[in-house]
Amino acid sequence: MNSMLIASVLLAALAVLLAWPVPVLLAKAHWPSRSPGVALGVWSAIALAGGFSMIGSLVTFGLAPFSSSLIRGLRELPPLFVTGPLPPDVGLIQIFALSSAALLTAHLLLNLAVTTTRTERQRRRHRALVELLSTPLQGRPGTHIIDSPAPVAYCLPGARTVTVLSEGLVTLLSTDQLEAVIAHERGHLRQQHHIVLVAFESWRSALPWFPIATRAQVAVSLLVEMLADDQSRRFTDDETLAQAIALVGSAETEAIVRRPNGRAAAVALADRRGAGVGASSGGSSRENAGGWSLDPVTARVARLVHPEPPLNVATRAFIVGTAVVMLAIPTVLLLAS
Amino acid sequence: MATLGDLERSIMERLWSSDEPVSAAELRDELAHKTSAGNELALTTMLTVLSRLERKGFVDRNRKVRPHLYYAVTTRADHTSELLQQALGAEPDRAAALAHFVGQVTPQEAETLRQLLDARASESPAPSLVDPA
Repeated sequence: MNSMLIASVLLAALAVLLAWPVPVLLAKAHWPSRSPGVALGVWSAIALAGGFSMIGSLVTFGLAPFSSSLIRGLRELPPLFVTGPLPPDVGLIQIFALSSAALLTAHLLLNLAVTTTRTERQRRRHRALVELLSTPLQGRPGTHIIDSPAPVAYCLPGARTVTVLSEGLVTLLSTDQLEAVIAHERGHLRQQHHIVLVAFESWRSALPWFPIATRAQVAVSLLVEMLADDQSRRFTDDETLAQAIALVGSAETEAIVRRPNGRAAAVALADRRGAGVGASSGGSSRENAGGWSLDPVTARVARLVHPEPPLNVATRAFIVGTAVVMLAIPTVLLLAS
Repeated sequence: MATLGDLERSIMERLWSSDEPVSAAELRDELAHKTSAGNELALTTMLTVLSRLERKGFVDRNRKVRPHLYYAVTTRADHTSELLQQALGAEPDRAAALAHFVGQVTPQEAETLRQLLDARASESPAPSLVDPA
């Protein structure tokens, strides 16, 4: 058995580990809420290393009969396909493995490109709408208010970043709580969370049949919110932020309803204490957070109400080290084979 | 000093306020009249801003007549609804308008939240966490 086949088997084993038990364990773990940044890094390492080992396993398997080394195989293969003859032990299965690797790579890269451009286009459109329909907040450059009773807050990344708040939010929250929300959104912008979100969204949409990709996307969206919360906590106390999250989360925002004639839409802020039971919540696509025992909003409030210290340095170093090894294994296997 | 964005907003407000298509020159006169006198707008500025708005899909024009007559593509309410749908994540573009501050929770989850905060409130002498108003 040549070294390429051994590498292929090892890479396949790693791909299986990263496709199932590892992410499942991570999604169930409690420590990510203590050190969300570390957990975000681990999810990224899983996604990258998983992709590398999956594609690497197919490539090394397909190239094994051609050559004893990956680099040489990659160099010698294309001309062989044109001129022939193929080595005698190249079968349909090798061709299949190589084609799958090429297709998977192209699929993932194309999906990333498509998701990025689509997001960029939607963001540009949204920015144009915000510029037209919102009023800048006096004395706060980059903060705009939209005239809506629904309590919303979000930020738009880009060359000129914008934080958007709604009238409903300003009415619902106290000044301190509002400051906490703005600091949270600024945290998103400062840490460039939109890039991570687009990457995981693209992974999810590229592999809709792969539950782990969805799970990763859900976990990462929550981690990014926790990171932004931590940014906000540098300026506000935990209680104020917790109140703000709980108030906005439990304000019954009736979904935006397109009227039958397709014209004006109404957003109603129903009584938030009131008989909101059964009210449609179709406006916001909430998803089951999978392994998290709590829904995302409650998980965020819980870690503010009962704060736990971040993981200690040794544990963090161990986790980061593991993630680095996870990334290094497929790289080394591919280069050494 | 009015920025280009301010000018875009005033133009759209004017176009939304009536269904009657207007020419760039008429628009300029109206806006110059409304804003501080002496703040004469150049017709070329007007045309630039109008074509920007056209490119963004807010304005269209009737090219069969001279001068071209401009009108709003749709109502302000429609655009507001589009904005809010995107802002609330009602469209399948979760990554676009970066994760909004808090998604909506179900009534059961809201109850869990209240309990969490109430428990905290009874631990400490802090004022009630959930505004009863």
